[in-house]
Amino acid sequence: MLELFIEFWRLTDPNVVWVLSGAILLGSSTGVLGSFLFFRKRSLIGDALAHAALPGVMSAFILFQTRDPLVILSGAIISCFIGFFFIDYMVKHTKIKEDSALAIVLSLFFAIGIFELTYIQKLEVASKSGLDKILFGQAAALVQADVIILGIAALLSLAIVALFYDKLRLITLDRQFAQSLGMNVAFYELLLTFSIVLSVVIGLQIFGVVLMAAALLFPVAAGRYWSDSLPCILLLCAIFGALSGAASANISYLAPQMPTGPWMVVMSSIIFFISMCFAPNRGALMRYIRITNQANRSNDENLLRTFYVIGERGNSFTQLLAPEQVLSVRNMGVKVLRQSINRMLKKHMIERENMCYRLTDKGLNEAKKITRYHRLWELYLTQRANISPNLVHESAEDVEHMLTPELERRISEELGYPEQDPHGQIIPKNDQLSGGNAL
Amino acid sequence: MNHLKLTPLKVRQVKTALKVQDLTMHYQQKAVLSDVSFVIPEGKSVAIIGPNGAGKSTLLKGMMGLIPTASGEVSFFGQALKKKRLAVAYVPQREEIDWDFPINVFDVVLMGRYGKLSLFSRPNAEDKAIASQALEQVGMEAFSQRQISQLSGGQQQRVFLARALAQNASIYLMDEPFAGVDMATEKAIITLFRQLQAAGKTVVCVHHDLNTVPDYFDWTLMINARLVASGPTQDVFTPDNLNKTYNGRLALLTEVTDRLHKTA
Repeated sequence: MLELFIEFWRLTDPNVVWVLSGAILLGSSTGVLGSFLFFRKRSLIGDALAHAALPGVMSAFILFQTRDPLVILSGAIISCFIGFFFIDYMVKHTKIKEDSALAIVLSLFFAIGIFELTYIQKLEVASKSGLDKILFGQAAALVQADVIILGIAALLSLAIVALFYDKLRLITLDRQFAQSLGMNVAFYELLLTFSIVLSVVIGLQIFGVVLMAAALLFPVAAGRYWSDSLPCILLLCAIFGALSGAASANISYLAPQMPTGPWMVVMSSIIFFISMCFAPNRGALMRYIRITNQANRSNDENLLRTFYVIGERGNSFTQLLAPEQVLSVRNMGVKVLRQSINRMLKKHMIERENMCYRLTDKGLNEAKKITRYHRLWELYLTQRANISPNLVHESAEDVEHMLTPELERRISEELGYPEQDPHGQIIPKNDQLSGGNAL
Repeated sequence: MNHLKLTPLKVRQVKTALKVQDLTMHYQQKAVLSDVSFVIPEGKSVAIIGPNGAGKSTLLKGMMGLIPTASGEVSFFGQALKKKRLAVAYVPQREEIDWDFPINVFDVVLMGRYGKLSLFSRPNAEDKAIASQALEQVGMEAFSQRQISQLSGGQQQRVFLARALAQNASIYLMDEPFAGVDMATEKAIITLFRQLQAAGKTVVCVHHDLNTVPDYFDWTLMINARLVASGPTQDVFTPDNLNKTYNGRLALLTEVTDRLHKTA
């Protein structure tokens, strides 16, 4: 197995090169065009179109009794378009809604295709073998002649996207506005449909009729996690499509009995799940880390402020405190407290002596800052929002962790540089600020 | 007081910005609007008011050729829309697009320039300068590179307005630009209307808030499946017409009537 794998990637076999380049091209073209379906919220059209291509492929074979890629491709494109207009007609001129229209076309065309396939299997034609592979895809069956034709079609569909990118984006975002500009929306939509049909029918050989939707939609679903820019997402779609295409081609080569379609779904879903978990910003892991960090910071700041509040009562901000004393003032979990103490020790905000802790100078400064934020906000709410002083504490508990020095400066300015909070407690001075003023 | 302003010799020949004649529109074989005819002079700010389902948005879309009309004629500055495309800008309702679409504010505004583009051309430096300027006009220049998904409702509306401004049109048709926006945006939109009017442009809005009609608009169209009244706000915005438009089932009516009496 490993030998075969290595042999595949050494690319000594010219057929491997053809299969691989075909898979990469077709994968990227379906990935890119699929994203337009995704953003137009018409994802399932791709599925219906793939099924609609089947009778075209079979009819072309029955009529011309050849496997010539151009003939088969033309047949597929024609029946794809018939399916597409069928859907379009039903949506526009009958009471049938789009989802039902899709289901009708999908199943009807697929059924006709299967009838024809069964009929072909009874025919005495030499080239009929392997025609059924189109159902689930068979990358390894690609030969040079196929790849050249399919590759040109893939490049054509990508070229259309590149050439008309601006306009395709506009009709995807806001079709009515495009119409109001006097743009020939019908023409651009036809162009887009044509490219989608192209990339669907050429993808059939590799991904198969039944699982085509995955090849169209997984790349963009994954790409959406990584970027907020459409060009970036399209590029990622191309890369993800190419990757899953290449990987499926490889597997198809190693295990020729296995159809490629299911492998492609496995590969692209792996890419999808990696994106879902690990993408920066939108990925689940990074979100989890962000939320945890935020919670930790809040706990740490609460701890420092508790030291300050206790110190204020005893008139000594740097007295030694046992963890129990902290807990007697502030309601927090023992484990949370222990973790917080450890983090603060590491950051030299507090120091330890005989199982007790005290604020360092650095910690005292930080504690003053948080307390100042807390009390300033309480005062702001009572004075500016007319909220009763005994209700403002809750809000300040959250806001103290979010204020920035800039906001603090503005609040303090608006309140006329106050010295006492609504409960009569002293608002600690901002050392940096007063230091700056002294100069 | 008014007669002082009407020194006949100085009256500029006011051109017609929009003329609609016998417009009828159907939705699934049912008439939504029938035989609507009106004329709007250039430089007016116009409110289209009427109850829900009266066909306000339908009228706007019909005039823009976005949905088919059953019969009737619409002309802008004396010509069919086809010949006057670049003079007409349309601002759809905010809900009509997916604000999660991956695109930034500037690129959306730049789309206002696409009407001039030929098959293969792309926006050039001049188009980009115009788009930036339009963003400045609505006070959104700081958000130029922001994703549209991160905007508030009011900001979304301003982006839509900037996109229409970038078209440099002569008449602006807007579908509920004041719906769900904050006070700051509402004020910004009104300031913008005044600027547009000062520049001789015409603004036509589907509008919901009857309270602000007399303050914001100098011309009012009242429709309820047919035209009830069209004319200067001070003439047609009367309790009688409001009653006809809202079939008497208007809760706000008394409130507005009171207001009218107070201002009168």
